[in-house]
Amino acid sequence: MNKLLSLLLFLPLTALASGAAVRLDPAPVNIQDQESLQRGARVFVNYCLNCHAASYMRYIRMTDIGLTEAQIKDNLLFAADKPGETMTVAMRAKEAKEWFGVPPPDLSVITRSRGADWVYTYLRSFYRDDSRTTGWNNLVFDKVGMPHVLHELQGQLVPVMHAVQGEDGKTHEVVDHLQLARPGKMTPAEYDALVADLVNYLSWMGEPAKPQRMQTGVFVLLFLAAFFVVAFYLKKEFWKDVH
Amino acid sequence: MEKVLSWIDARFPMSAMYKEHLSEYFAPKNFNFWYYFGSLALLVLVIQIVTGIFLTMNYKPDANMAFASVEYIMRDVPFGWLIRYAHSTGASAFFIVVYLHMFRGLMYGSYRKPRELIWVFGCLIYLALMAEAFFGYLLPWGQMSYWGAQVIVNLFAAIPFVGEDLSIWIRGDYVVSDATLNRFFAFHVIALPLVLVGLIAAHVIALHEVGSNNPDGVEIKKLKDENGKPLDGIAFHPYYTVKDILGVVVFLIVFSAIMFFAPEMGGYFIEANNFIPADPFKTPEHIAPVWYFTPYYAILRAIPPMFGSQFPGVLAMGVAVLIFFALPWLDRSPVKSIRYKGPRFKIALALFVVAFIWLGVLGVLPVSPMRTLTAQILTAIYFAFFLLMPWYTKADATKPVPERVTE
Amino acid sequence: MSEMTVNQSKRRFLVTMTSAVGGVAAVGAAIPFVGSMLPSARALAAGAPVEVDLSKIEPGMLLTVEWRGKPVWIASRTPEMLALLDKHDDRLTDPNSEAAGQQPDYCKNATRSIKPEYMVVVGICTHLGCSPTYRKEIGPADLGVDWPGGWFCPCHGSRFDLAARVFSGSPAPTNLVVPPHKYLSESKVLIGEDQAA
Repeated sequence: MNKLLSLLLFLPLTALASGAAVRLDPAPVNIQDQESLQRGARVFVNYCLNCHAASYMRYIRMTDIGLTEAQIKDNLLFAADKPGETMTVAMRAKEAKEWFGVPPPDLSVITRSRGADWVYTYLRSFYRDDSRTTGWNNLVFDKVGMPHVLHELQGQLVPVMHAVQGEDGKTHEVVDHLQLARPGKMTPAEYDALVADLVNYLSWMGEPAKPQRMQTGVFVLLFLAAFFVVAFYLKKEFWKDVH
Repeated sequence: MEKVLSWIDARFPMSAMYKEHLSEYFAPKNFNFWYYFGSLALLVLVIQIVTGIFLTMNYKPDANMAFASVEYIMRDVPFGWLIRYAHSTGASAFFIVVYLHMFRGLMYGSYRKPRELIWVFGCLIYLALMAEAFFGYLLPWGQMSYWGAQVIVNLFAAIPFVGEDLSIWIRGDYVVSDATLNRFFAFHVIALPLVLVGLIAAHVIALHEVGSNNPDGVEIKKLKDENGKPLDGIAFHPYYTVKDILGVVVFLIVFSAIMFFAPEMGGYFIEANNFIPADPFKTPEHIAPVWYFTPYYAILRAIPPMFGSQFPGVLAMGVAVLIFFALPWLDRSPVKSIRYKGPRFKIALALFVVAFIWLGVLGVLPVSPMRTLTAQILTAIYFAFFLLMPWYTKADATKPVPERVTE
Repeated sequence: MSEMTVNQSKRRFLVTMTSAVGGVAAVGAAIPFVGSMLPSARALAAGAPVEVDLSKIEPGMLLTVEWRGKPVWIASRTPEMLALLDKHDDRLTDPNSEAAGQQPDYCKNATRSIKPEYMVVVGICTHLGCSPTYRKEIGPADLGVDWPGGWFCPCHGSRFDLAARVFSGSPAPTNLVVPPHKYLSESKVLIGEDQAA
């Protein structure tokens, strides 16, 4: 146990040494933009929800982003019967593990753990890698289990390598940047916009109560400011006695 | 109304208690900014208890359901998000308020005779609060919850001879598991809150027995008027109640600003990794305890393993917390307040505060040789503050203390 | 601390103001806590209106569905069954459904239904909450020759006719409850939502 303890205490040392930092692109998140959220919801339901669940999220909550119950039922409800249900998937964890090595994670709070920038960059950083069983690898998630689900839209990226001299004196090849080898159905700008909508939706889904939280917060702070004025004069009046 | 009151008073000393603790509890009139944090700590306690009760109505202390039940609270329960954020913000607020309250005590010598027991009760509250926070932190059952608990329980395993069995006994299993979660829940929602409330009652009763200290460290009870009221004392109610209301409102403004607009506080109040459900097979890349434990965590990491055991570090960490208890007997200065103490104490206290905060920062960061060295120096300063206190306080040049409090 | 210079009315005013604002704060703070005890989104989803396909029910038969954790019966009444309904008004406690709250206004009619051929009713006895059994046969041995078909509660012997109206002398005080419901189409009914007036 003592070994485990020192391992846990000093573990950051090894972790940092292995994890090369990739520059993340800032995700254009704006959860006030309901049209973007609705487009993102459509992408999410069509592409992500086949394998990933969002099991804490109820379809009906999408009424918060301007959709009606009928719209949800007609356009977005493929994997469930009722809009009150949560976004679960039919694929069983065991099958998924066989297919991908790991079960696809639940996406309900994914942007809250990974960060929107990471997800935005990740979804735009898949590249061809024939050494992988799926044929795909990712710049920000090396040896990722997920294939590039959106490749028909984005097209195929290939890495442009670049030689660097390591600390050990040897040179080795690292990915410098990605290049579009075969275009997809979308232009790069269109694809980026699609991913932006999707990430926007994922961010909103991570905390659907956020708009209500902000609104309540403004109200509470205004009230407390008024309370402060009253409390201030009350204190001042009574403390006239104290000399 | 009067009839009702006298009926009650004949059976329960309500008016007498009101007089003793509020209307005729005379507090020094020169309380400054630092004297808000005692009542604020009490307010945070109330926030934590009330929000805690309502969280318990929907939380499930079960390894398979805990994470989901927290998200259920955040999404499905009406206002659940508000109650949960109030509780998570309250946990950090508790430590901020308590650290400032303790710092006040250090500055003005509030631990000195005759207030040693108030200080000792306070240290016990601090210990209980740490335990309460630690147990509570496991409950969301995210990766940070899980691995944080894993590390801290393993600290006990480093104790020679009994450690291994002790850590298994604490967990009720060979790893942190459902059994651990369930018992931590019991400790968090009932055992420690009871202990805390009892200790706080003792802390306040002891305080009201001897009376409050003040920024001048003058005993106001020495000089009384013909009615037995201290010349420099004012009734707690209404003077300090109205003052504390103002303090409470200001505190609530800050608290609400964080809770409504930055509940995660950049990952320090709620960590990003805690949005991933606990996975016993996957250690996160970087484990750091919540910010309020990091000074001690840095001390733990600063002490190198000896004889293949992590125990010296664990011991240093434990002593670093427990050494606060000894403070009343370490300070040999003839005066209480920093206002009349000499440069030696002022420098020592400043160094201590810098060391404490800097250790806290280092505890959040991953280790590197340079940081470890820094942490070792700061650890030495931390302990020197306490261990050398009898000498530097005695040798210090002090200023004469006035008879009465200054304005 | 001279009492002379104290402006008592100003003090009273400020104390009153602070108490008032503090009172508002207390009420405001209570809202989320009280509110959190209302049904959650999960409970609301579980208690959502239930859609039922009527084409599956054969004439004279009964379909039971669950709505808000309670059994709801949908009985398909044949013309013969309907013809019997007005023959025993004198033996009923409330033949004209006058007791309030036992059915929506749109079911306050002779058949206690929107469409006479379908009886929609909550299958919980108004006596002590047992679930009565469906006895559509006429004049069986155990229920007597004058039994016109209906529901019989095995717990304490309450009897209801095919419009779920209670027979006089039963322990149950009122007719069975008709839940809010509406027809989405000829053969689809939604239980749990009122039809538009």
